[in-house]
Order: sequence, then structure tokens, then C-alpha cells
Amino acid sequence: MSNASPKKRNRKPLPAPSEWNFELIEEYHKEIRRVAHGYGLDTYPNQIEVITAEQMMDAYASVGMPVNYNHWSFGKQFISTEKGYRRGQMGLAYEIVINSNPCISYLMEENTMTMQALVIAHAAYGHNSFFKGNYLFRAWTNADAIVDYLIFAKNFLAECEERHGEEAVELLLDSCHALMSVGVDRYKRPPKLSMQKEKLRQKEREDYLQSQVNDLWRTLPMQEAKASQSAERRFPSEPEENLLYFIEKSAPLLEPWQREVVRIVRKVSQYFFPQRQTQVMNEGWATYWHYTLLNTLYDEGLLADSFMMEFLHSHTNVVMQPPYNVPWHRGINPYALGFAMWTDIRRICDEPTEEDYRWFPDIAGSNWRETFDFAMRNFKDESFVAQFLSPKVIRDFRLFAILDDDDETRLKVAAIHDDAGYQKIRETMSEQYNIGSKEPNLQVWNVDVRGDRSLTLRHQAFKRRPLAASADEMLKHVARLWGFTVRLETADDDGIIQRTRECRVETRTAMPTVA
Amino acid sequence: MVRIIDRRSDSRNKSAVNRQRFMRRFKGQIRKAVADAIDGRSIKDLDNGENVTIPAKDLSEPHFQHGDGGIWEQVYSGNDQFSTGDEISRPLNGGSGSGKGASNEGESEDEFGFQLSREEFLDIFFDDLALPNLIKTQLAKIPEYKSHRAGFAADGVPTNLNLVRSMRSALGRRLALSGPHNARLRELHKEIEELEAQTPQDEEAIRALKEEATLLRIKIEAIPFLDTFDLRYNNRIKTPVPSMQAVMFCLMDVSGSMDEEKKATAKRFFMLLYLFLTRTYEHIEVVFIRHHTIAKEVDEENFFHSRESGGTVVSSALDMMRDIVQERYASGLWNIYGAQASDGDNWENDSPRCKELLSSAILPFMQFFAYIEITPGEPQNLWREYEKLVGAHSNFAMQRIEKYADIYPVFRELFKKTLV
Repeated sequence: MSNASPKKRNRKPLPAPSEWNFELIEEYHKEIRRVAHGYGLDTYPNQIEVITAEQMMDAYASVGMPVNYNHWSFGKQFISTEKGYRRGQMGLAYEIVINSNPCISYLMEENTMTMQALVIAHAAYGHNSFFKGNYLFRAWTNADAIVDYLIFAKNFLAECEERHGEEAVELLLDSCHALMSVGVDRYKRPPKLSMQKEKLRQKEREDYLQSQVNDLWRTLPMQEAKASQSAERRFPSEPEENLLYFIEKSAPLLEPWQREVVRIVRKVSQYFFPQRQTQVMNEGWATYWHYTLLNTLYDEGLLADSFMMEFLHSHTNVVMQPPYNVPWHRGINPYALGFAMWTDIRRICDEPTEEDYRWFPDIAGSNWRETFDFAMRNFKDESFVAQFLSPKVIRDFRLFAILDDDDETRLKVAAIHDDAGYQKIRETMSEQYNIGSKEPNLQVWNVDVRGDRSLTLRHQAFKRRPLAASADEMLKHVARLWGFTVRLETADDDGIIQRTRECRVETRTAMPTVA
Repeated sequence: MVRIIDRRSDSRNKSAVNRQRFMRRFKGQIRKAVADAIDGRSIKDLDNGENVTIPAKDLSEPHFQHGDGGIWEQVYSGNDQFSTGDEISRPLNGGSGSGKGASNEGESEDEFGFQLSREEFLDIFFDDLALPNLIKTQLAKIPEYKSHRAGFAADGVPTNLNLVRSMRSALGRRLALSGPHNARLRELHKEIEELEAQTPQDEEAIRALKEEATLLRIKIEAIPFLDTFDLRYNNRIKTPVPSMQAVMFCLMDVSGSMDEEKKATAKRFFMLLYLFLTRTYEHIEVVFIRHHTIAKEVDEENFFHSRESGGTVVSSALDMMRDIVQERYASGLWNIYGAQASDGDNWENDSPRCKELLSSAILPFMQFFAYIEITPGEPQNLWREYEKLVGAHSNFAMQRIEKYADIYPVFRELFKKTLV
């Protein structure tokens, strides 16, 4: 609001009744879109859907998607949402927005006109432009196809239930859902599709040639050398981080439909992975833009004062950061941090201080629109914080880092918001948003191909952090999918195995299906 | 261009399927929770759903997670007192995992509670439960007829003869049949008058006309005053009315040997029967009869909570039940159910009489009578006598309950076994 000079406050403001109607939504949307385009926000086309509170709960229950397959866990989610809502413990989110093309935003019927305008600015222009621009979403999610894919998944699973029974499908889904968080490619990037196809064809040709070659050379005395080679050969040749992918491709006993189900869960998990990695950025971005867009409209004289009062009231609630010592402290509020960081990036661009020139020589005094665009496109939370968390934001939030080492009796304050601490806090916070260290590092380590086909997973412990007790339960799920014994080794930083868990599968029960 | 779509009238209850799946998946736990909830209810308290809680661990969705321990570093906001290097003791409740921030779930982490609707609550009891004879009554649905008027019919029994209708149709018939004769008669009279007025009179013609008139009169006279054809009867048809009311007798031994736990078991038994009846009948009366050596009709409070001592004569209660049936519920409009709970300890010579009473005076009027013996030991004499009834009466069932926890499966078994 600060630099938008009070230009033409003489325009007649849009009506701001508390009751909304479709004409007004359209009118507000038109103005918001105009301003958003003025700022150069590039978005998918928008589709705004008005739904009831009940439908909002439905959407909650199916992980925010307009359509999803059936599973009891969604029912559980629905029941707990409904319970919270009925008892008034919990308000529903004002909006849900779906990363699809067109981008679908849900407006809840019960919202006031002000809230609807806020949601349009926040979701239909904030989130939408982030979905379209950010590299993770561009690389990993296919906005054009997601809704169709989910319809396919729903139908496919319904068919499976008919053919193989609800229970068989349910148990399979249970196990797949359990492995969702280790069912994503974290480090690999997908190759371009055409490239991938090309490679596949290439591989097929290669395999064919190879088989010809082997046949040709079969009679020659190479066997000895080959045998010793294959004995050392590991499977998989490289450790595999994506358990669901590995199971889909390599689990010996799965039937084709089961592989397809594993694939569906893996795809859905991968689809949501960028969202888990960009919470601060994405929410902060959307919050920054609803704030900026609506203030611009206000400066143009299009929004009534009463509208602004209500809007600012709820905006302030959203970006509140409770301090560590109050009971309702729930960690860092991604809306608050994200909003503060984007606001500060703009300040660094527009009114840099001496400190900013030291910390951000590249962006201090630069064109803020270009810097915003660059930052939005090329970062995720982890790198965004590492790159852009400024001393001013650290001071404003009065951030401090606590070191909790279970070998020590007391906690230690590792850094506070002073010159010595800025860098440390930045690093700690960046690490905090690194999913790779937040969640245990598990890899498919080896399969005993020649022996009992047992699968060995390796947990590479990071900073001595152990696995939670759920690991035993998890092994059962892995074993259910793998079909043979599954082992889980925990290795410390030096690669020494500290602990092995095991879930045995009697091969006798498994064998008949193999033979 | 933006598309604004109104989805409010789209299908709701998208999650209904998932909710059902949830219920099915955790049926065991939900059942148990429901069974626990009954303790606090009156046996007629059915109009409410139930808040049930399930242990959260049963429905956890596990993931690979970090447990407590190791080295954690975490950033917090709102520093008001710390400097770098300060040491703080661990918060007591957080344990060593304090570095991981507060839980987002709030207080009730051990339990997952939710509201069952009344229907769901009842469904859980009765999903595959059925009562003997009831199936018949329900399928046929004509235990009682109500007869009511449905116009008039041309045939029927004499008592239903409708005089007014019959006379009216007789009159109509007579008018119709005599009409042409009367017309001719009037013509004849006119002609006769004309001829008589003439001079000289044509005696011959007048006589002929008079003769014809006499003949016509005879014909008119000959039309019957009342023909069987005229008879009209009040028509009554029978329409089946589902019998909407039932009475349930709760018989319980309150002699010294029945302790509170046995009574609680019995209470559930009665309650379940009552619940089931409310499904089928609109109006249910409950008669509580307790007995030791003599029987007494009491209200629910006294039934379950007052304590008597002394010997046991079961037949006193059965006598009383028979009398009450004859006095108040004999009209045939009542579906009568009986449930008897006892520890089986009866005065030796009384048991054969109980059997006789049941078999001759009570069971013939009953939709269903169930006996449970709540005893950890050997079957008692009453049990042995009642056993003789099992084959002969399809509406009689009996079951022994040993442990408090058995009550629910036993109840289902009870009704399954005798299902006709």
C-alpha cells in the first residue's frame, strides 16, 4: 500500500454487501484480474466453483481433489473434519485450490462477499500463478491431466473392487498409502517425455541386440567370468529411494492390476510432493498477492472502507505468528513467514539498506517484479529460506535456534537474532524445511535374488535420529507388497549397521503363487 | 475468461461411501464402543445416536517417521530472554522430543471419537439379527385385518342387507317394468272417457277397452314388489393392518443369588430385545415382573436396583405374566414377547410346573420367549426342565451366559438359532 500513491480515489467503490451474488463475484473478479495482469501474474485460466460447507468437507476428505477413489481413510478424515466443524472447534478453510488447468478454486457458500474477493485474489491469482510458474510444479505435476487421471484412478479401483473384492483392494491401498511418503522421487528429475520414450525404444533395441549377442556367444567359454560377475551384482544396482516405484517395477508376486494400483498411489503422492516442499513459498506468495491486489484496488478507490476493515481483519489473523511460549504456538506459521519474506524481498528491491547490500548484493535495488519472478520460479522452501531469509525478518520474528541433543541433559540456544546468529538461523531453518532430513532417509538396499528373495531396506540415520516405533508396522506393509521377507537395517553415519528389524514371510505360503 | 460454476446443488454426501467404508472397517471396535455405551442408558433410551470412541492406535495410518532422540535443531519465534549459548532444561512434558514442536492434534490423541446416528447405532446391533416368527409376520405383514365399508354389493349375507338401497332399486325396477303398461292404461282411460262422452254410446268398443285395461292392471299387479334382483348388501372388505404394538415382559429373578453383575447382564439382554422391538413396532409397552418366592410388577427403577433376598419360585412370575396377558393383552392386537433372566436356581419342585405353565398357558400366545441363565457353573434344574421345551416350541429359545463379556454374541446366537 505504501508506494501506491493515492491516485484516483474518486472512483465509485464496488458494492460491498455481506451477502455475495454471482454478478458481484464476476464484477470483483474482473477488477482483480485486471490488477493481477497489471502486475504481470501469469496464470492458468480460472474456474471458480461455489460449494456448500458440506461439499467443502467432502473435498477435504478426498485430499482436496474434486474426485478421488474410495478408501476408509478418507472416511476417517471426513468424520474428524465434520466433528470438528459441527462442534465449532474448527472453521473450514476459506478456500481450496487445485493445481489443474483450468485452475479450480472453491468458494464456500457461507463466505461473505469480502471473503470471496479475498479468496479469488489469494487462490485464483496467487496460488494459480505459483502453480504455473514454480519449477517443481512444472517438472512434477501435469496440471492438464490430473483431474482426468483421478477419474481414471477412481474407475480403475472400482473395477478392481468388483473383480477382486473390496477387501483385497483396501488392504493393498493401506500398504501403498503407508509408503506414500517414501513413494516419491526426491532427487531425480523426470526426463522430458519424448526423451524418455526415445530412451525406452533405444533400450528395447539394445536388449534385443544383446540377446542376440548372448546367443551367439553362448558356446564360448565365458561362463566362469559371468558367474562371478553376477554373484557380485547387486539388485537394484543403485540404491532406490522410491519404494513404491521399486515395488511397482520389481515386486515378484504382484499381479498386473496390483502394480497399477501401486502406480496410482505413487502418482498421486508425487503430484502432492511439490506442495509439501513449497508451503512457505506458496502460501506466502498467495498471501502477498491477495494483500497487494486488494490494496491496489483500494488505492484506486474501488473498495469500500468497510470491505477493507473486514479483509484486513482476516488477513491479520492469517499472518499471525504466536511466540514460542504461548500454548497455541504450533511452530512457524508458513503464511506468516512466507508473507514476511516476500514483503521483505520487495523492500530489499525498492528501499535497500546498507545491510541488504551486504547480504543480498544481487537483488538489492533490483526490479522487484523480476526478482519476484525469479524467486518464485526457481526455489523450494529449503532453498528459498537459505537464499532469502533476511536479517530483518529474523529480527522481526525474533527467531532463535534450539539445539536438542539427547546426549546432553540440557537444551542449548544455538543462535539468536544477532549478527553472529543470522547465518546459523538461516541454515537451521532451511534444514527444517528440507524434507530429506525431516523424514527418515530410506533406500531399497538389496534383494537376495539368488536366495530367499528377501528385500533389504536401509535407513541411513541422520544425526542419530532413530526411527519411530511405527517402523515395525511399516515393515509388515512392505512385506505385504513385496511378498517375501523384508529387513530394515539402520546404519549410522559411518555406515555401520546399528539395528536390524525384520518381517518374515513364510515362503511356503508365497511359493505356490510363484510356481 | 473466468468460469463461475454453482456447484451447490451437485451431489452431496460424496463422502458417504468413504464413511461407510470406515464404519465397516472398524466394525469390531465400533461395536465394542456401542456395547460399552449401553451401560449408561435406560432400556427405552433409543432416540439418540451415540458418541463412540475408538482407540486411535487401531486406526492409525503409519508412516516411516523419526522417533524421539538424536540431534535436532529447531527454530522458534518470539525470543524474549535467550542469548546464544544459554542452556535450558528440557520441558518436562515434552520429553526429549521437545525439538519437534507441538503436536497438531491437540489433547485427545489416544482416542478417535465420533457421533453415530441413531440409525447407525441400531444397525450395528441388528445388522444380521432376526427374530423368529417375526420374519413371517413381517413378510406376510397381515397379522390383523381391519374391515371397513366399500360401497354396496349385489350379493352378501342377510345381516348385511341394506333395506333402503334394496327398496330403492325395487322401486326403480317396478317403475321401469310397469312404465309401458301405465302409459297404455292412461291412453285407454282417455279413449273410454271419449267414447262414453259420445251419444249414442259404442257399448261394444267401451267394453273391449275396459277389458284391455283390466288385463293391463293385472299385468302391473303381477310385477313383483321385491325381487332378489333388487337386493343390495352393504359391502365390507378386509384390509390388512400391520400390528403396530407389542408388549414385552421382562421377568427377572431378584433373589439373593442374583448379584449386581448378573442384573447388569440381564439388563442388556432386556435392552437389546427392546431395541429390536422398536424397530418393528410403533408402540411398545414393557412390563417388569420381578420375583423371588412371590412375584411383583414394578417399574424399571425398582426392577433393576432394589434388592431382595430369600428363596426362588419362578412359577410365581410366570403365573403373574399369564394373568397380565389375559387381563390386558388378550385382544390379539398385541404382539407379546417375553424375556426371562435368572441364575437358574429354582425351588426343585417348582421347575416342572414352570415348564408346564410355559408350554400350555404362555407360549401359545407369544411371538417369542427367551430364557437366559446367567451362571458360571453347571446348568440348574430350571434349565434342564426348559430344555424339554426347545424342540416342541419354535418360539422358545434359551441360552446360558457365563461371562459378562459374552452378552452380545450370546444375544445374537439366541435369535439366530431359533430363526424360522
